[in-house]
Amino acid sequence: MTRRHTLITLAIAALALGTGAAQAQSDTVKIGVILPMTGQSASTGKQIDAAIKLWVAQNGNKAGGKKVEVIVKDDAGVADTTRRLAQELVVNDKVVALAGFGLTPLALATAPIATQSKTPLVVMAAATSSITEASPYIVRTSFTLPQAAVSIAEWAAKNKIKKVVTLVADYGPGNDAEKFFADRFVLNGGSVAEKLRTPLRGPDFAPVLQKVRDAAPDALFVFLPSGQGAQFMKQFAERGLAKAGIRLIATGDVTDDDQLNDMGDVALGVVNSHHYSAAHPSPANKKFVEAFEAANKFRPNFMAVGGYDGMRVIYNALNTTKGAGGEALLNAMKGQIFESPRGPVLIDAQTREIVQDIYIRKVERVNGQLYNVEFDVQKGVKDPGKLK
Amino acid sequence: MLTLLFDGIAYGMLLFVLALGLAVTMGLMNFINLAHGAFAMAGGYILVLMMQKAGWPFLACLPVAFAGTALLGAVLERTIYRPMYGKPHLDQVLFSIGLTFMAVAAVDYAMGSSQQNVQLPEWLRQRFEFGSGPWMLGMGAYRLFIVVSCVALALGLQAILSRTRFGSRLRAAVDDPRVAAGLGLPVDRIFLLTFAVGSGLAGLGGALGADILGVEPTFPLKFMVYFLIVCAVGGTSSITGPLVAALVLGIADVMGKYYAPKLGAFIVYVLMIAILLWRPQGLFTREAGK
Repeated sequence: MTRRHTLITLAIAALALGTGAAQAQSDTVKIGVILPMTGQSASTGKQIDAAIKLWVAQNGNKAGGKKVEVIVKDDAGVADTTRRLAQELVVNDKVVALAGFGLTPLALATAPIATQSKTPLVVMAAATSSITEASPYIVRTSFTLPQAAVSIAEWAAKNKIKKVVTLVADYGPGNDAEKFFADRFVLNGGSVAEKLRTPLRGPDFAPVLQKVRDAAPDALFVFLPSGQGAQFMKQFAERGLAKAGIRLIATGDVTDDDQLNDMGDVALGVVNSHHYSAAHPSPANKKFVEAFEAANKFRPNFMAVGGYDGMRVIYNALNTTKGAGGEALLNAMKGQIFESPRGPVLIDAQTREIVQDIYIRKVERVNGQLYNVEFDVQKGVKDPGKLK
Repeated sequence: MLTLLFDGIAYGMLLFVLALGLAVTMGLMNFINLAHGAFAMAGGYILVLMMQKAGWPFLACLPVAFAGTALLGAVLERTIYRPMYGKPHLDQVLFSIGLTFMAVAAVDYAMGSSQQNVQLPEWLRQRFEFGSGPWMLGMGAYRLFIVVSCVALALGLQAILSRTRFGSRLRAAVDDPRVAAGLGLPVDRIFLLTFAVGSGLAGLGGALGADILGVEPTFPLKFMVYFLIVCAVGGTSSITGPLVAALVLGIADVMGKYYAPKLGAFIVYVLMIAILLWRPQGLFTREAGK
């Protein structure tokens, strides 16, 4: 019995070694993508997944002379699951890069795995400023909330808005948005009358909106995770804040392209700041949107463009390293400059953070559909969270 | 100030209609149905689908949402709930929470996880304002509509329960099903009807509240706590109990978020703890309780 046992163990060990060796020699590199495909943030996952498929369809499955295999896993937006999946992808599948990450906690939970295994981790969605500081292997292709918040603060100060009330969802990105908006706005001579926060799961905005109305500011600055925007704007209109002379300014999450059309007329005229609009007038974006809409039944939003550019960064880096991973791949990701559907972007070599133009947009009806139409721009915005 | 009070009442009324069905099944039928929120969600989705896909007007969708979920409730009662009546409470809880998770996953799969939008008709989007300064009263037409319809519902139900033959039969069937059956009352059918109406009310609440509470797959889990608080605080033996509890909670929630935004959503729980310490059986339960 013991002997047979030993034999079996040996056999298994041999098998394991065999496959291990086979893997090392293979001409395939694997990219592990972890996204919330189910649960609350499923629309993020859906958008990024579609964008990744589009990238592979357009650019083939070869990079750096090797075959690229993309493995997509669903973490349902639960940080523990993200971490476990990342571990499996790194240990079992030997992926050269991790990518995806729909929410801040998911990226933060996985950061130590990237550091320990020296695997580059490309954040395609999560937007809290501090994420890239959690590991030297994190590269971001989405945006940071301070980038958006600071840009709209600049615009507001220049456009006769003196007194503002801020309203943010009470979690990491919300706190970022509140802090950076208020700092920049006060620096430019404005005043913040009140800083309000709503619980992430508190969908009735009646009390906070009443508070805003009683404070009677020139404008209300809002950040809410995409999905709550429609609800919010309806109640904003219902409560008669616009009639009371209070303007609504926001980060682009509130007027997310994915849901903008369903929001209806209440969204019209909302001024907001973001890095990507499906209506961005450039040939690169036209091509991207056309191809995306042809392959899917929905419009690409800022999540999709983060996923698309994330794939580009990984492919470009693999081409440079001839398919090698680890430190070399990370270094090849740093400093990339390219023309994204959103406009020209740069991966800052020092902070591994994306540097991009932030557009000021207004919701308008174009050909019967609602779009964020860009009318002003802040060029080459670095993440203000890292300018100290 | 008055505006806030009004908002609180509207919110409370909504909670009341949503939780009423649960109070009925829990108090009258002695069955703990944690899947109650799933029926509310079903009502919300029926409303959204009818309005978006079939283009029905808002008002016409409300009765459909009621009837649709009532029918769903009746079918489920007949097929899977009935065998659970005799089971211990823990089994009932496990069973119905399982149902809730299934409903969440099923809706997520079928409809997607994102928030559904409801376009209210123009006349519900108006706003009435009276007075000025701190005593200004601003009322959204939609919230006013909720308050009015919920008051009508509460009065109607109270009348049915206390004045009609069906009401007395139901109370008899609940007090002692065996004796009631011995006297020739069709206990099964009474329970079936009650369960269906309870589910229908939840559906109506989900549809009515679609614009304020939102319609999305995690709805049953998100609001389950609120329903249970209403039942725990109000007691489940009458309609007045949950009504008062829902109003108190609604007003406290809105006021709390206005005056103490830092505490925010927590006020409701503090209030529940305080009330339950004071009256562990709930506000309006008969002294002995169950």
